[in-house]
Amino acid sequence: MPEVQLRKRVIVVEEVFHEGGPVATVPLRRAAALAVIHNPFAGKYVQEIAGFMEDLNPLGLEMAKALVAALGGDPKIVEGYGKGAIVGQAGELEHGALWHVPGGYAMREILGNAKAIVASTKKVGGPGTRLDVPVTHINASYVRSHFDSMEVGIADAPKGNEILLALVMTTGPRVHARVGGLKASEIKGQDGLR
Amino acid sequence: MKAKIRKIVTFVEETRTEMGKPVNPPTRRAAAAAVIENPFAGNYVEDLTELMEIGEQLGALLTERAIAALGIPGTSAESYGKAAAVGEDGELEHAAAILHPKLGTPVRKTLGKGAALIPSSKKRGGPGVAVDIPLGHKDAAFVRSHFDGMEIRVNDAPRANEILVAIAVTDSGRPLPRVGGLTKDQIKGEDGLR
Repeated sequence: MPEVQLRKRVIVVEEVFHEGGPVATVPLRRAAALAVIHNPFAGKYVQEIAGFMEDLNPLGLEMAKALVAALGGDPKIVEGYGKGAIVGQAGELEHGALWHVPGGYAMREILGNAKAIVASTKKVGGPGTRLDVPVTHINASYVRSHFDSMEVGIADAPKGNEILLALVMTTGPRVHARVGGLKASEIKGQDGLR
Repeated sequence: MKAKIRKIVTFVEETRTEMGKPVNPPTRRAAAAAVIENPFAGNYVEDLTELMEIGEQLGALLTERAIAALGIPGTSAESYGKAAAVGEDGELEHAAAILHPKLGTPVRKTLGKGAALIPSSKKRGGPGVAVDIPLGHKDAAFVRSHFDGMEIRVNDAPRANEILVAIAVTDSGRPLPRVGGLTKDQIKGEDGLR
């Protein structure tokens, strides 16, 4: 499989103090690591693409480490995660699906034994396309306070023959979470769901 | 702090290749943005002193956040820029009050020198509006390799009664500059221009 060619990396960190209600004692932080890579399958239909997933593992790990570093360096503060991809117009949605395994593997590797599935989304789009990356609790998908999302995008990416890869980590619940459901304190942590 | 800050977002962009050609060392830009309450939203107020003082505070805070995100001392910064987007219940003059009278002094104090004008832009817009922060060399405005811009967006800001204030700092110019003009090693640094 071809080598991963990286054009650009972007790190975005949001720190949310309030959203019109009481100011949070500990602000919520959301961080995104974005990487713009060349799409080796752009412009043609290629049947065998799955081998590229393994090639993406080192980049995934680098992005997951950069996210933890951007959040202060301690993986224990990470409570939510998500991932996504935007495929440039000369590629297909299936190329974005190549990110599921390496993106998920990288975050689990860095965060210890996170049990929940990593929420994800993907689309085909042009430069500047925005992607709402879904976020859920790292150990129990049903924790309602941690259902969240982070909008990401880069003005000049993805070009037609590129893929924009995204990983997102968050440090807590929505800043004024108050619609009930399973709480983080009630997680059993056996099946990744509750 | 006079400013009532709802949220702070930082962005770091690192360009590794351009048109397949390596950028060595990679060019890096950072922006730090604060979403603040606009104390004058919805009314015409003659005296904008409060916003000027908020501008002074944000000048220090956001510059520190931007260089921290780049991981460099202030003195290693090469170019800078500033911008504000006012929510729909505010006026463009509110952005001017934040950006122009007092914001620059703490920026220059943090970065050292800064003889050049800090290039700026302002607009009124809704949540998610794209803000193009102009960039220029901090000691000599005519350094052509450092004429640049950085687009940022915060999807949920500015709300109608808010202002998004951003400062961008780089440790480099454009990725592969080759249109001539004054170069950074030719800076005299006396008049802020050359």
